[in-house]
Parts: sequence; C-alpha cells; structure tokens
Amino acid sequence: MTTTRLRTEGAAGPPLIAVALISAAALAYEILLMRLFSIVFWYHFAYMIISLALLGYGAAGALLTMARSAVEQRFAPLFSAAAAAFGVSAIGCFALAQRVPFSPLEILWDPRQPAYLLAVYLLLALPFLCSGACVCMTFSRWAGMPSRIYSFDTLGAGAGCLGIIAMLFVLSPQDALMLIGALGWLAAAVAWLQCGDRRRWPALPMLAAAGLCLLLPQAWVAPTMSPYKELSQTLRIPGTRVVEERFSPLGLVSVVESPQVPLRHAPGLSLTATVEPPPQLGVFIDGEGLSALTRFDGRRDSLSHLDQMTSALPYHLLRHPRVLVLGAGAGADVLQARYHDAERIDAVELNPQVVDLVRRRYADYAGGIYAEGLSAGQVRVHIAEARGFVAASAERYDLIQVALLDSFSASSAGLYALSENYLYTIEALQDDLRHLHEGGLLAITRWVTLPPRDALKLFGAAVAALQRSGVADPASRLALVRSWQTSTLLVKNGDFDAADIAAIKAFCAERSFDVAFYPGMRADEANRYNVVGRPDLFDAATALLGPGRDEFLHNYKFHVAPASDDSPHFFHFFKWRSLPELLSLKEQGGLPLLEWGYPVLVATLAQAVLASLLLIAAPAAWVTRAGAGQRASLAGARGRLLVYFTAIGFAFMFVEIAFMQKFVLFLSHPLYAVAVVLFAFLLFAGIGSGVSKRLNEAATPKLRNPLAAVVLAIGLSATLGLALLSWLFEHAMGIPDAARIVISVALIAPLAFLMGMPFPLGLARVEARDARLVPWAWGINGCASVCGAVLATLLAIHVGFAAVVVVALVLYGVAAMARP
Amino acid sequence: MATSTLFAIVTTLLLTLTGAQTAAAQDFADERRRMVEDISALVRETRAEVGKQAFDERVMAVMARVPRHEFVPTSQVASAYRNRPLPIGHGQTISQPYIVALMTDLARAGLGDTVLEVGTGSGYQAAVMAHLAKAVYTIEIIEPLGLQAAQRLKTLGYTNVEVRVGDGYHGWAEHAPYDAILVTAAASHIPPPLIRQLKPGGRMVIPVGASFMVQQLMLIEKNLDGTISSRQILPVNFVPLTGRR
Repeated sequence: MTTTRLRTEGAAGPPLIAVALISAAALAYEILLMRLFSIVFWYHFAYMIISLALLGYGAAGALLTMARSAVEQRFAPLFSAAAAAFGVSAIGCFALAQRVPFSPLEILWDPRQPAYLLAVYLLLALPFLCSGACVCMTFSRWAGMPSRIYSFDTLGAGAGCLGIIAMLFVLSPQDALMLIGALGWLAAAVAWLQCGDRRRWPALPMLAAAGLCLLLPQAWVAPTMSPYKELSQTLRIPGTRVVEERFSPLGLVSVVESPQVPLRHAPGLSLTATVEPPPQLGVFIDGEGLSALTRFDGRRDSLSHLDQMTSALPYHLLRHPRVLVLGAGAGADVLQARYHDAERIDAVELNPQVVDLVRRRYADYAGGIYAEGLSAGQVRVHIAEARGFVAASAERYDLIQVALLDSFSASSAGLYALSENYLYTIEALQDDLRHLHEGGLLAITRWVTLPPRDALKLFGAAVAALQRSGVADPASRLALVRSWQTSTLLVKNGDFDAADIAAIKAFCAERSFDVAFYPGMRADEANRYNVVGRPDLFDAATALLGPGRDEFLHNYKFHVAPASDDSPHFFHFFKWRSLPELLSLKEQGGLPLLEWGYPVLVATLAQAVLASLLLIAAPAAWVTRAGAGQRASLAGARGRLLVYFTAIGFAFMFVEIAFMQKFVLFLSHPLYAVAVVLFAFLLFAGIGSGVSKRLNEAATPKLRNPLAAVVLAIGLSATLGLALLSWLFEHAMGIPDAARIVISVALIAPLAFLMGMPFPLGLARVEARDARLVPWAWGINGCASVCGAVLATLLAIHVGFAAVVVVALVLYGVAAMARP
Repeated sequence: MATSTLFAIVTTLLLTLTGAQTAAAQDFADERRRMVEDISALVRETRAEVGKQAFDERVMAVMARVPRHEFVPTSQVASAYRNRPLPIGHGQTISQPYIVALMTDLARAGLGDTVLEVGTGSGYQAAVMAHLAKAVYTIEIIEPLGLQAAQRLKTLGYTNVEVRVGDGYHGWAEHAPYDAILVTAAASHIPPPLIRQLKPGGRMVIPVGASFMVQQLMLIEKNLDGTISSRQILPVNFVPLTGRR
C-alpha cells in the first residue's frame, strides 16, 4: 500500500502550483497583517508582532526535522492538511488574537501584558507554521529538486506581494483576509489533486471550504482599534460617527462627523486667540493623525484662526507668495495660504483617497478648494510623494510650507522612530532650498516636545543643508518660533533683514509666541511668554551654529543629529545612555520621555534571536540523538551549514530592505517601492533559482566553487545598481512613473537573479550529504530572514542603508567560505 | 431551632464580613499613607522642576484622605494606590497620584474658591479638589463616565461637587469666573472661552501628553491686568544636556 502511494506520488512530481499558491497566500497574509495591526495598534507594535509571528517558518523547519519519516510516507495528506490549516488559522487566529486584551501602552505598567503579547505571537505564528510546513515538506520530500521548488516558492511570494497591494485598493482588509484563507484551502485541493491517492473526492470539500471562507461574516475579523487611538477617543464624543471610510494599502481613511460637539482642531492656537475654528470634519489615517477638513463658505474671516498659529509666520514676511504645500492632507494649510492671499498654491498630497474626499465627496463642504485643474483660489492639487515632487519640479516658489500631519500623541510617544521620513533630511532641505525664489522661505512646523527634540534635529539639518549649499553664515538665514504646542522653523533663501526680524517679533508678541532664534538674538529675549524650565531651544540653536556643535550633539541626552537620506530616521531620538536614567524616573512620570520605537525594535530583535536559537538548537539536538553513530562527521558539516544558511538569510534581507529604502526616493512613492522592489526581487530570485540547477550540474573543474563566482557577481551588481541609482535620482526624476518603474526593475533584475542562487545551491549540497538536514537548513534560513529584517532596520538607524548593503556583501563572502 | 441556627450563621458571616471590611479599610489607609510618602519623596527629587521642596500640606492631607480605590474599576483596585496611571474604561485613564497631587498643588485653590474641571473621568481629581475649595464644577463629555462619577461622588458624600455631562469647550458660564480651572481632557488647543472664564489672578492647569503618558503640565495664569502668562512644567528630574553648558 505504502509503496503504491509512494510510486503514485513520486510520479506526480512536487505540487509546484500548490507551493506557489501557499507562498502567495502567506506573503499576502504577512503584508495584510501589517495593515490590520497598524489599524489596531501602532506601526511599530505591528512590526514587532509580525516579525515574531514569522518565526512560524523557522518552527516549521524544526518540526519537520523531527518528523521527516512521516513526511516521506504521507506527503499528500500532510501537505493538504497543513494548507487547509493555514486557511483556517489565517482567519481564525487573527480573530482570536484580537480578543486577547493586549494593550501596548500599558506594557511597562501592567505585569500581565507580556503574557498577552506572547499569546498574540503564538496565535499568529500558527498560520506561518502551516504555510512554512507545506513548503518545507515539499523540499524534504522531493530531495534533488530544490531549484524548481524554490523558484515556484519565490514566484508565488512575488505574486502574493503584488496581488495583496492591488487587492487592498478594491477590497477591505477583512475581505482580503477571507480571500487569503480561501487560498489556503485552494492550495490544499490543488495539492491533493496532483499528489493524493486515486480518490479525488476529498478535493471537493476542500474547494467548498475555500468558498465558505468567502462567505464568513465580516464582523468576525473586523479590526478592533485600540481604545487609546485618536479615532477611538474622538468617537467617544456623543453624536460622533464615521461618515465615510476608504481602504487602500496606504491606510484606512476615516471621516468623522460630530454634529453635537464641534471638533475644533487647531493645534497650537495662540492663547490670546479669541476666535474659534469653523465647523470641521475629522480625517484620520489608521485612526491617528487627525487632519481637519474645514467647512469653508468662501468668507475669508471664517478662517481667521489659521492666522493664530505658528505656521502663519511666513505669511507675515511675504506678500502674495507663490506657495507649495507639502503634505496638504485635508487642506488646512491650503486654507491658511488662501487666508493670507497667496498668489498661487500648489498642494501636494500622497493619498489619492484623501484628495478625492475633499475634491468630490465633500467638495461643497470644503468650498471647492481641491477642485480639478486650477480652482477658484488658484489652487492646484498634485497627488504625489512630496520629496519626489520637489525633485522633479522645475518651478520655484516664494514659500514651501511643510505641513504638520502626524499626530501629537504618536509623535510624543516616539512611535515613529522606525519609520523613514524623507521630508526632514539634510538632502530634502537642500532640495527645497533650490526650489525657492531669491528671498523665499522654507517653513516647517513640528510639535513641541519638552525637552526639545524634533525642532533641534530639524534646526541642525537646516544648518547642515545651508552649509552644504555653500552658505557661509547659516545663522543669518534661520529663524525659529514656538507656541506652547508647535514650533515653526524658517529657512530663508537669503539673509533675514531688519524688517523681517521686526515682523517676526511683532507676529510673536501679538500671539504670545516665543522667539527661539533669529540672527542676532539676545539670550534674554528667549523664553518669555510660555516659560519652560530653561531656554533650551535658544541655547541649543546657538550651540548648533557654533564650534561646539559636535560636543552638544554628543552630550545631549536625545539623538538630535540631523537625519540624512542614507539614515532617514528623523523620529529616532533614543540614546542608550539615557535609558537607565529615564527608567529610574518612571515614578515621576519620566516614561513619556522614553522614545518607544527604538527600544521596541531592540526588544523585537532580542525576542526573535532567542526564539530562533531555540528553533535551531532543538532539531539539531534531536538529529544528533537520532544519529548518534555518525556524530563526528556530522558536527563539522552542521556547523558550516548553520553559518551558511544564517549568512545568506541575513544577507538577502539586508539587500532587499536597503534597496527598498533606496528606491523609495527614486520611485517617489512608498507603495511603488515596496511593490516593485519586492516583486522584482522575488521574481528574478525565482528565475535565478531555476537556473542555478544548471550551474550546479556544470560545476566543472574550471568552476570549482560556483558559489564564489555568484557571490562576486552579487557584489558587483549591488555596487553598480546603487551607484546608478543615486545618479538617476539626481538626473532622471523628471521622467514618467512607468519609465522609472522599468528602470528600477532593470537595476534589480541581475542582482536578484544572482541572489536567488545561493539558497538552492546550498540546499542541493545538503541533500547530497545528509538529506535529513534539509528541513533544518530551511528553518535556519527562515529564522535568519526574520532576524535579518529587524537587524537591517536597526543597523540602518545607526550606520545607514549603504552600510547595510556592505555588511550584506561581507555576509555573502562568509557564506561562500562556509559552503556546506 | 433551625431559624436560630440560621440567624447565628448569618450573624457570624456578617461579623466576619464587617471585620474583613474594617481590615480592608485599614489596609487601604496604610496603602494611602505609603502613597503619600512616595509622593513626598518624589517632590523632593524634583524640587528643581516643580519649584518647591514639598507640596502644600493641605494637598498632601487630602491625598491621604480621598479613597482612590473607590474611583477605579474593580479589576484595578489592587493597583489603586500604586503611583501609576490606571485605565478606567471608555479609553480613559486616571493620572498617577503624583501628577494629581502636582496639578492640585499648582491650582492653589483656597477654601473660598470656585473651581472648574473639564474632563471628570473617574471623579478622583474633583474629589481631591472638593476638600480644598468651596465648590467644584466638573464637566464630562462621555456620558456613562459622567453619570458614574456623579453617582460615586454622591455616594461618598461630596456635596460641593456638581457634575454635568456635556461639552467642556465653552466652560460653565453660569458659575464663572473661576479661581482655578483644571483641564484633564486633551484638546488640540486651549479653548478661548475657558481663558475668558478664568478670574484675574486665577490659574489653569492642563496635562499634556498621550494616554498613560502625561508628559508635562501647562500652567496658565491670568494676571491681574488680564494678560496671560503660561509656564510648562516637566515634573521630572531630567536635564537634557550633560557636561558644560
């Protein structure tokens, strides 16, 4: 009986389509979970949870190392069962994880929270364990075919990545989740039809289950937002309701109406202001970052509150300026420009759905400010990423206004530390300055933090940008003012004159704002209206302009050295040195000073490494026990295997993540970057994997170590790719999107093609030596990929993305030497 | 016979319960004393930031009296006197005792004063303030919280606190002007009507920060000539710059 089945299975060949399907489903699930958990919690917690859950892959390798004979004997039922279990758990475990009372903000206060977190990890690891098991058992069962299996695995993942991004434009995250569950069942059915025994009927219920997934009630898996997110808090106000909801991979856009209690969003409004904002609708992205959609009836005086904020300062130094608003959101800064009689306004907003809401759905409410073409108020709206827009633009402006779009609470808790931001880097400011008319102003508004962080990092970046642009005396071109809640930095393309300075002082005096810096300012002018412990902003600005800059940056307890394009983590303020002090101040209320994002990233890495060690060590010990006889010969081989698969796992992720970041600028859209880079990497790695088989067979005496040649070629193509990319970013930003996508794919293709080879090449050699170690090697690679992704971000924060690529190349070198 | 046995059992049970209650009350009193000692120690540590060696004795005496455990959900009673913020449901939190004491101290309310609070929450801050001022008017926007707090304050015998469910943006004009205003609910800006309802010489205190994360306190003073001055207090002994300044 067993022999018969084995024969039938063997004849059928590996279930390649099913492998591609399950890989597509798993990658889509990973991206979807990121989306769902960004709605439920905040980005960095989502990142931590999903990284840990991905270790389910490593667990699959560990499990199968210990159950290899079962796979040999009952491959088809096991594969189908695992794929079906993915289908069930992808939906079920998310629904259950939502019911765990995990509350990230309480984690340092409530001793039960770590246990809840663990429960969430374990639940979400299950679907990845199942999908990983499918792929891993295929490698294990069809020894001798790693290249073909790996190429279908990678191609499937690539398709899943593109597919989910496309799907999220048309489906709600809930619908997408059901579809992914259905894909699991579909993979189960396909695998059964191809590899199962002669009875074909079991495929039918599997297909029926796939259909059933699509019929599940949406409410089961609707993401429940943390009660501490801004949107949840707003919805507590009586009478408020979400009147419009739009999904896209860029985020969940919610429009909130509050007819009983007006919303009145006016951050940093002067304490002397007597005016109130007109009625507003609240626009939230993923339940955070409230931006006001203000009702505008065309009467200028209804907007007078917009003159009572620090961001209004530039309009008191310019007359009828041509304005570029970067990050226009729902239009508050555009209205502010209109209030101040801007001659023309170009408004740039990344999210097409937000633009569409203001332009169409709420056109009348918003007074038609985003109307198609050039609207009545001389406003032209561009759906584009701000940095790319500026780089590609040939125009010049009198004022470039960078809007304050992130939320205060997330910003003040340091929740953005991991996210890259290309608006506040030295290079970005240089770009902006190049697009200013003589005497024009760049204005950037940030939330005030105490002690100052954002404002200082930005000030330092402006100083560096001016210096790099050849300005001998940056101090003559900088001014900084603050209210109790916001600060606005002005950088002038030219020196501030006496009239400018008089206007700045008058503006601040009328509104009880403090001047924190202007050229020639005396220390006793600082810290007058809104008094803080010390005039930190003035002192710091002075230090950043003087010879003591480096010493200041070193001694300051937050990381406020300017961000650059290579290390664009503007919101990373954390310094290890300050950690013990801040923790000891917990009782006094010192925790808010702790910038969360970075410690959470470190915690993620630590947990991932520990779990990986366990997942790698346990099966190794098991294999040792099972094969006690041949211990000596195995030990050395296993050491090399461990180093090899760890190195290539890390290296692949390092290159992929660094390239994704590097291409964000060139493709000038975070989504294009993720979709294009990830897809191109997976597609060409898949093709490379397929070709690597021949390379292995052709291992003639002339090419004794094909891997060394591959590694050398990887090094060359990575270096060449990055060099070309930075040239392109400077010279080819004006070309159409499609052309930039094609160029990007062309740049990635050769590199990815080569990077697809080391894994199957290594696996083929493992098979030749001791096939029992195949699942183990696969598990090591899975663990290394997870840890590698987290480590890449951590390294980028400290040494930049270019260095991450260098480290990756070194790791490939190590792999070449440790060839199993 | 049966009746008397039952009676005996009930009496014993009741006695035990009362005994347990007395013991619990004693426990809470001990915890409260420790909490006040903790606060005093913290004030000494942060004397440079808060500008004094110790809070007003009256404030500390009140902190030692108000039963904080009555103001938190049952699930949080065990943590009621720990110096930490606590969730009270509806996405709201109750500040850590040190911050409550600091806010109360900053408000400098006297026995004849009228105080406005925007954001009643559990009612704890209002209860503390009620011991120090003549009258406390407090507004809560989340109806169930407001009703609960009103009931709780009534049960605990606070007669000089009046709770209203509604929008606090426009203050409570009927009882204005106020000697002190506490704004415990976050807003994107400080409502101009509240500043108008502040007496010359009055003080407004506002915590700034996210949930579980009161970061700093904003103190707004209306000077006698009607002008406004404001101060931000980071109640943490933390100097951002080490080395020479």
